This record gives sequence, C-alpha cells and structure tokens, in this order.
Amino acid sequence: MLSTEVLAVFLPLLGFVLAGALGRRLGAHGAEYLTTALMLTAAALSISLFGTYALDGQHTTITLMSWMSVGPLSVDWALRFDALTAVMLVVVNGVSAMVHLYSIGYMHHDPHRPRFFAYLSLFTFAMLMLVTADNLIQLFFGWEGVGLASYLLINFWYKKPSANAASMKAFLVNRVGDFGFALGIMGIYFAFGTVSFDGIFNQLGIETSFKLFGWTLDAVTLSCLLLFMGAMGKSAQLGLHTWLPDAMEGPTPVSALIHAATMVTAGVFMLCRLSPLFETVPEVLAVVTILGALTAFVAATIGLTQFDIKRVIAYSTMSQLGYMFFAVGVGAYGAAMFHLMTHAFFKALLFLGAGSVIHALSDEQDLRNMGGLWKKIPVTWALMWIGSLALAGVPLFAGYYSKDIILESAWASHSAAGQFAWYMGIAAAFMTAFYSWRLLLMAFHGQPRASAEVMSHVHESPFVMLLPLLVLAVGALGSGAYAYDWFVGEGRFEFWRTTLAVGEHDVIHAAHDVTGWVKHMPTLMGVSGIFLAFIAYLWVPKLPGALVRMFPSLHALFYRKWLFDELYNALCIRPALCLGRVFWQSGDVRLIDGLGPNKFAEATKNAADELHAAQSGYVYHYAFVVVFGLAALLIWLTW
Amino acid sequence: MSTWPLLTLITFLPLLGVFLLLFVRGSHEDVARNSRDVTLIITFINFVLSLKVLLLFNPADPSFQMVEKYPLIPSLGISYHMGVDAISLSLVLLTTFLMPLTILMSRHIASRGREYMMAFLLLETMMIGTFCALDTMLFYVFFEAVLIPMFLIIGIWGGGRRVYASFKFFLYTLLGSVLMLIALVAIYLKTGTTDLTVLMAGDTFPLEMQKWLWLAFLASFAVKLPMWPVHTWLPDAHVEAPTAGSVILAGVLLKMGGYGFLRYSLPLLPDASLYFAPLMWGLAIVAIIYTSLVALVQTDMKKMIAYSSVAHMGFVSLGLFTFNIYGLQGAMVQIISHGLVSAALFMCVGVLYDRMHTRDLAAYGGVVTRMPRFAVLFMLMTLASVGLPGTSGFVGEFLALLGGFNMAAVAPLSEVCQARFSYGPTVALLAASGVVLGAAYMLWLYRKVMFGEVANENVAALRDVDTVEWVVLGILGLVVLWLGINANALLQFLEPSLTALLSHMNVPALCPPTVP
Repeated sequence: MLSTEVLAVFLPLLGFVLAGALGRRLGAHGAEYLTTALMLTAAALSISLFGTYALDGQHTTITLMSWMSVGPLSVDWALRFDALTAVMLVVVNGVSAMVHLYSIGYMHHDPHRPRFFAYLSLFTFAMLMLVTADNLIQLFFGWEGVGLASYLLINFWYKKPSANAASMKAFLVNRVGDFGFALGIMGIYFAFGTVSFDGIFNQLGIETSFKLFGWTLDAVTLSCLLLFMGAMGKSAQLGLHTWLPDAMEGPTPVSALIHAATMVTAGVFMLCRLSPLFETVPEVLAVVTILGALTAFVAATIGLTQFDIKRVIAYSTMSQLGYMFFAVGVGAYGAAMFHLMTHAFFKALLFLGAGSVIHALSDEQDLRNMGGLWKKIPVTWALMWIGSLALAGVPLFAGYYSKDIILESAWASHSAAGQFAWYMGIAAAFMTAFYSWRLLLMAFHGQPRASAEVMSHVHESPFVMLLPLLVLAVGALGSGAYAYDWFVGEGRFEFWRTTLAVGEHDVIHAAHDVTGWVKHMPTLMGVSGIFLAFIAYLWVPKLPGALVRMFPSLHALFYRKWLFDELYNALCIRPALCLGRVFWQSGDVRLIDGLGPNKFAEATKNAADELHAAQSGYVYHYAFVVVFGLAALLIWLTW
Repeated sequence: MSTWPLLTLITFLPLLGVFLLLFVRGSHEDVARNSRDVTLIITFINFVLSLKVLLLFNPADPSFQMVEKYPLIPSLGISYHMGVDAISLSLVLLTTFLMPLTILMSRHIASRGREYMMAFLLLETMMIGTFCALDTMLFYVFFEAVLIPMFLIIGIWGGGRRVYASFKFFLYTLLGSVLMLIALVAIYLKTGTTDLTVLMAGDTFPLEMQKWLWLAFLASFAVKLPMWPVHTWLPDAHVEAPTAGSVILAGVLLKMGGYGFLRYSLPLLPDASLYFAPLMWGLAIVAIIYTSLVALVQTDMKKMIAYSSVAHMGFVSLGLFTFNIYGLQGAMVQIISHGLVSAALFMCVGVLYDRMHTRDLAAYGGVVTRMPRFAVLFMLMTLASVGLPGTSGFVGEFLALLGGFNMAAVAPLSEVCQARFSYGPTVALLAASGVVLGAAYMLWLYRKVMFGEVANENVAALRDVDTVEWVVLGILGLVVLWLGINANALLQFLEPSLTALLSHMNVPALCPPTVP
C-alpha cells in the first residue's frame, strides 16, 4: 500500500495534518522542518517516479478506494501515473519543496508559521490529487482543493482588508469557472456515460446533442467549452483573470508556488490530459487559441505599466499562460507542457527573487521606491537576471526553447486562429522582454530611490532562501535544452506515448520546418525589447513619461487593467446586491408576507372586529336578525 | 433483541423521558441542570438504540423492515403501523444523532429549563414517528404534532419577535397540513385503506385525481421544505428560535418536507409528479437564485443561514423530480448533508451568540484572532455549505445537478416526455448558478465575522470554544468529511430503496413510447 507512488502524493497531506493539528505543540520550527522534510522526500520520490513513468514509459493506475457510485456512475479515488503525471509530479513537488525551504527564511518573523506551512502542504496535496486523477471528478476535487488552499494563503494575513477582499475574489472568480467545469463534467457524462479518462478516450467521436435554452447543441463541443471555462478561471485567462493580480496580497512564496508555477497551470494540464478529447472538437480549440492569444497580449500590455513588482510578474504569468493555451489550441500539447515546465522554474525564480528584494527592502513593493540595489544584493540580482533572460526567451535559456516552439507551432498550424496567435504572441514577446528589463532596471540599477534609512538595512537573503533560488536558476538555465528532446524533439513520441494527442497535422513536426525569419522573430523581439528598456529606463529616463503624455488614454487603459474590474463591478456585483435587496424587501417582505401571512392575520382581525360589532347585546338587534333570517329561509324553502 | 419493538421504543422513549422529567425535584437551578442531564442520557440511549436498528437493518432489502402493526381504530381500518426502509432510517438516524449533540450544546437556557427539555423530547418522539409511520393517519398525527413543541420552543424561549415568528410558523404549516389531511381523507375514501404499504402496492389513481392530491400534498411539503414562495416563515422562525430550536428546525424539521415527497407524492402519485415536474424545477431554480441573492444582503447571521437553507433545499426539490437515480440520491444526500451542516452552522452562530449576545454582522470582525479553534470548525462547515468536494455538501449538490442534467438519459421516452426532459441541461445550468452565489454569501459571512482587525472590545474579550463545543462541532465536522470522502457509505445504503422507488414509479411507463 505504501508504495513510492502513494507516498509521493500523501506525504504532503501528512505534513498538513501534522502541522495543522499539532502546530502549537511542534512549535514553529518543528512544523516548518517537518513539512519541509516531508516535501523534500516527496520531491525526491517524484524524481524516481519520473524515471519509471516518463523515461521508462510505464503507466499504472492505483485505486485507493471507491468514492461515489450511483447507478452506472462510479467514481474512485485513484492515482494515475503516466508521463504527463510524472512531469507534473516533478514540477509540483520540486517547486513546492523549494518554496517550503525558502519560506523557512522568508517567513522567519511571522508568528503563524505552522499554519502557513500546513496550508502550503495542503495546497501541494490538492495539486497532486489533481494531477494524478484518473477521472474528471477527482480532478475537480483537486481543482477546488487548490482553490481553497489558494484562498487560505492569499488571506494568510487575515487582518488586512485588502487580503480578505483578494482571497474572496479569487475564490469567487474561480467558482464562476468551476461552475462551467462542473457543468462540463455533467455534459461529458451525458455524452459518454462515464467520467473516467480512459472511458472517455475509448468512445471518442460520439455524436450526441442536448438542448440548452431551446437550442440543440452538440454535447461534446459544448461540454468541452464548459470545461475550458473552468480552465479559464483557474489559469486566469482573459475574462476570468481579474483575481490573479489581486492574489499577490498573499505572501510572496505563495505567489511563486501557487500563482506562478503550479496552480495556475492546472488549466493547461487539464486540457493536455484531455487532449484526445479536445482534438475531436476543433471549434473549441480555435476558441482556446484566440483567447490564449488575447490573454498573452492584453496581460503584457498591462504589465508594461504596473509599478508593484509582484503585479508586474503576475501579469507576466498571465501572459505566459496565454502562450500555453494557444499552444494547446493549435494542437502543440507537448509544447504547452514544455513551456509549463520551464515557466515553473523561471517564474518561481522571479517571484522568489522579488520576494528576496521585498525582504531586503523591509516590505517595499513599489518599483518607484527601489533602484540601485544590485551591489547590495548581488546574488539575488544575478538570479533575477537569469530568470528574466529565461522569460524573455534569450537563446540558450529555458524560455527560449519553449516559447520558440510554441510560436513556431502557431505559425505552422496554418489556421487563421494560429496566425492570429502568432502575431499576438510576437507582440507579447516584445513587451515581455521590455517589462522584464523595466523591472530589473528600476529595481536594481540607477540611483537608489528608497530612503537612506531603508537602504542602510538592505541585506542579502540568508542561505536558506538563496539555495532554492539557485536550484530554480539551474532549471531556468538548463531545463529548456535538457528536456527539449523529450518534450518536443525527436524523442517526444517515445516520451509522451499516448498521453498527449497528436493531430492529423502534427504541428510540432511542422514547427521544426518553419522558414528562417519566423524562427528568428521571437529572439529578435526579445532582444529589441531588452534594448528598448535600457533606453527608456537607463539611458533616456525621460522617455517613459513622454510616452505616457503622448498616449494618455492608451496608458490609462493599460494602467487601469482594461477596466475589467470596473466592468464586473457594474455588471455583476452591484446588480446582484441590488437584486438581493429588491427580492428581500419587495419580494419577501412586501409581496409574500404582505399578501400572505400578514394579510391573513389582518383579515382575521378585521373580520373579528366586524363580527364583534354584531354582538351588540341589544335584544332588538338579535330579534331583527332572527325574523329576517326566518323570512329568508321560508322564501328559499317555498320558492 | 430483534423481537423487541425497536421502532416503537426509539419513538416513545423520549416521551417516556417527558414523564421522567416531571419527577425532577430541587431548586430552580437543580431542576434545570438535572433535566438537561436526564434528557441528554435519554437522547443518547435513543441514539444507541437507533444504531441497533441500523445493525439489524438489511440495506439490500428495499421493503419496509422491523414492521410493527397493531389495530388502532379498527372500525376505520387505522392501525399503528411502523416500519423503516433506508430512506426513513437514514432520517431517523439523523434525528437521533443530532438530538444529544443539540442538548449538549444547550447550556444557557434563561428560564423553565425542565419545560424546555420536555419540548425537545416531545419533538423527538414526533419526528421519529413521522419518519417511521406507515399508516397515513398515523403519519399525519405525527407530522402535525411536530408543530406543537416547535411552536412552543419558538414562542416561549425565542427572541424579541418570538410571538410573530411562532404564529407565522404555525399559520404556514397548518394551512398546508389541512390540505394534506383532505388529500389523505380523499385517498381513504377512494381506497378504503390508510395503510401506506397497501396503497403503494395498489393501482394508481386516475390522473385528474392524482393532480388534485399532488397539489394538496405540495401545499404541506412545500411549506416544510421550504420552497419558494412559501419560505418566508423560515427566516423569522430561525432568527427568533433559541439555538437548539434552530438546529433541530434546520437539521430535521425541514427534512420532513423532502421525506413527504419521497414517501407520498412520488410513489403514490407518479403521473402527477411527472405532470408537475416542470413546476418543481422552476420553483427550485427560483429558490436557489432568489434566496441566494437575498442571503447575500442579510446582516443578521441567522437570517443569512436561514436563507441559505432555502437555497440548499432547492437542490433537494430539484433532485427529487429528476426521475433518475442520480437526482434521488443527490436529494437524499443533500437532505442528510444539509441536516448536519446547517445544524453545525446554527451551533456556530449559537457559540458566538452565547458570548456576544448579538447576531448582527457589524458587531463582529477579527474573531479568528480570539477563537482559532472555532475558526477551523466554522471554516469547515462553511466549506461544506459551499459544496467543496471532499465534504458531504458536494456529493448532494453535484448528484442533484447531475440528475437534472441527465434527465433525458432515461429511455425510452415518448415525444412529450422527451421534450420535457430535454430541459434538463437548462435546468441544471440555472440551478448551478447557486454554487457561485452560495460561495459568495458564505464567504462574505465568514469574512465579516472572522477576518479583519479585532472589531471592538467585546470581540477582544472572546474566549475560544470549550471542550463541549469543540467535541460536538468536531464530531459533526468529522461526519461531514467522512460522508464527503466515503460517500459510498451513504449511497450504497440508500441505493436499493431508491432504486425500488424508481422502479415502483416505473418512469418509462409514465412516458409511454408513442405508437405511430
């Protein structure tokens, strides 16, 4: 029972239970060392599982127990291991272990460390349940479980009203997505009569339809769209993205683990897991492509203008998720997973690096109050450079390989949506490089803008924080070149086997043969973005202000995040509250109670008053009634 | 032991307790304390006895078990007829399980401690009787008699507007029940029997008659469930009722409505049930969306949870009328789950109210800093209410919605039925919006009460849950988690009875395939 597979998934749960239940007895150090040790063990086990299930190509499903069975519906708690799971295991457990380790240093002053580490481990467990699911409902369990952990961690500093609001927003926006996801599961069950992945894949091509609001719609297409709605929520795609930047209210290690490396990529993972299904619904894939491309572009434009160091990275995460989605959309699942993996390394690195900066600057997050830090925290500075180089897709760094193959696949897909995605992606690549160096230059270079008081306290982070950064930096440097062959190269069929679908038109194959200028565009864009950032933020510092004055409305649009928050406030939240008040005061109180029980009581009372008047006590009143009554009776009887 | 009339025993043991309480003597405080102890012991013994029933019960057999039958009014053929299937037994267990926990939690009764306990014991007898009765008249008597102790509990031990609330409660339920009585009499006049098992085995009524009977039953069950628009008694009743009253009201009393549909409307009036199904779907959707929105703007904690109850019961009324096993299972699980979760939520409010003497959200804030252990349990219950997978709430909601979505999957169907059931996905989609709204008001409630800076000195003076509160809420939490993770324990228990109900209703025959 306690096999490597089971341990790799359940050790984090053990950590959660122990740190959560015995946190006070274990003490802060006990809880953090215990959970971190368990996570490191789980990470080590994951690497060995990667060997078994990814490199040796085995696959297995371990059924733990039965969960729900109703009529023909049967859902088990099961752990499914194959190449796709193995990749996710390494990413999730690996990054989680690093973040646990980093947090020992970062959360050093926090009195609630047992709770923090318990939540981190809970998150990891839920994420593992998600990636090892063998059916949609267990996937949904993990899906909502990571949502819960994210909610708890965003709100970790629960005294801050902004954290309260951000965590609720995250939960609710994700719930909107999950509403779609749950309906999608029901639709899939409607069409296939099963929720297990293998069961679905065995019956692909089913033609069935159902009616929705009177329209007859293809069941599989609509279900896949609904599932994608879930992915949009979890992975912050345009429309359901508004929670992600606000989620930066949480402690920075949380942002690194949940809101960059793992949870937000769950949507990409889900689509890859279901790739054989999604291959049968090209219309949905086109939607995925276009929405992913728009997300990549819009998020990058917002990222250009933000001043909060974490928010810039958050928008960059959103933008990179857009890349992964349009990779899925054009059918380059391996490329999407490739970028998911490299992104996990370099984005976690960037976030933890940003955390290191914030830590050094006594909790300052505004880029306008930074500058000139590089001499004081050189290790962090160097590591942030590595992360940014990877993000911008500079050759030889991890992001270069994965972003290039995505863009080439989009180009090679020869579909209108794919072309659109390519242009959006190229534009976003330019902006990505620009805002990454904007961040680097504003934070580390130029003159210090922080007060002398703050600057005098600036210090390099302790080793326990730098070690995870170094490990992630190795990934950001080398993972692209190292894993290229497995994920998207010649070895990809051997590596993925049947876990990822390959369309009739193998886009990844076609991507390797695109023309030269297309191949070189991303690099060109990245390098020119960096160059422009140097001009704007180091050599000609007046340029950004001039640009803002030149295009004030465009800047306002970007700076105010394309007004999504304002729009949702006006269209959803305020009407819902208003409707609630109307239903309550006018519906329940005035209409239902007014015409129902209260009216009834009043009528009874009035009737009693009337009847009361009849009991006057005067004999002649009664005599009159008797005589009148008798007369009426006589007339009625003799008529 | 198996020859013992166990059902009679668990039904009337609490009544015996009422008489025992008469003999409690001593000072005012002694009487109150001893009455509570006696009641606790009796309800606990009753729980153990009901576990014994569970042990003797064979879930694979869908027929009524542990049947007891003695003539009561032979001239009319009315008999004392008791028996349980999995549906009723699960509700009996819910009742006997919640009772001792509720009594444990009622430690702050202002006055008349003995009478208070008597009312609860009486209530238990009537509730268990309702779930076990197999004679229509006996059922009616129990069903109605529940009103009396609850009326007293709200009217005597309630808050400021207790008289208004108790009369409203009485008025609504009584009006509904009168119509049910007429229906039961009409059935008796038509068939000459009050024996439910005979009625179920006999021929069904003509459609016209079924329709009238169905509407008469609806009047009663809809009020109890409660369904929109006859729900407005519930928020008032909850707000005014003492904590234990709210717990039993939400935990058990509301379930009598759903039970009524399962025991009477569906098996006896299947054609009318199908005929009126769209009405039920419509009312369920309205209940879910409307009351969720209303819950969103409440400032009184109890009112908010009361409105959430109406919304959650919407999933029950939806699931019951989907004519498939998913929906029925979903409705049953939702009934049990809501029984546990809403009971626990009202206990949580009670824990706060005992300390702060207010239910106004504005008086709270930052409670988590003072009551961390309470925060864990309250969070767990909030999540169960929201329907997070891994809690029992998810299983109920998901299966009810799945049943709604998959209505058209019952084959073969006539064109009329096909057309009707093809609304399934639409119904499920609209009802599922409650999942989002439910999260909105519950998280808002939790945030306002628990998070933020400590709001005032009263909050600063709060002490965390004591052992009793910790244990009671902890037990409820464990059951909610257990049913969420190992839902099969409940589902497998219910499946034979619910399958039997479905095959008794003979859904495909309700929708005869059209003959060209």
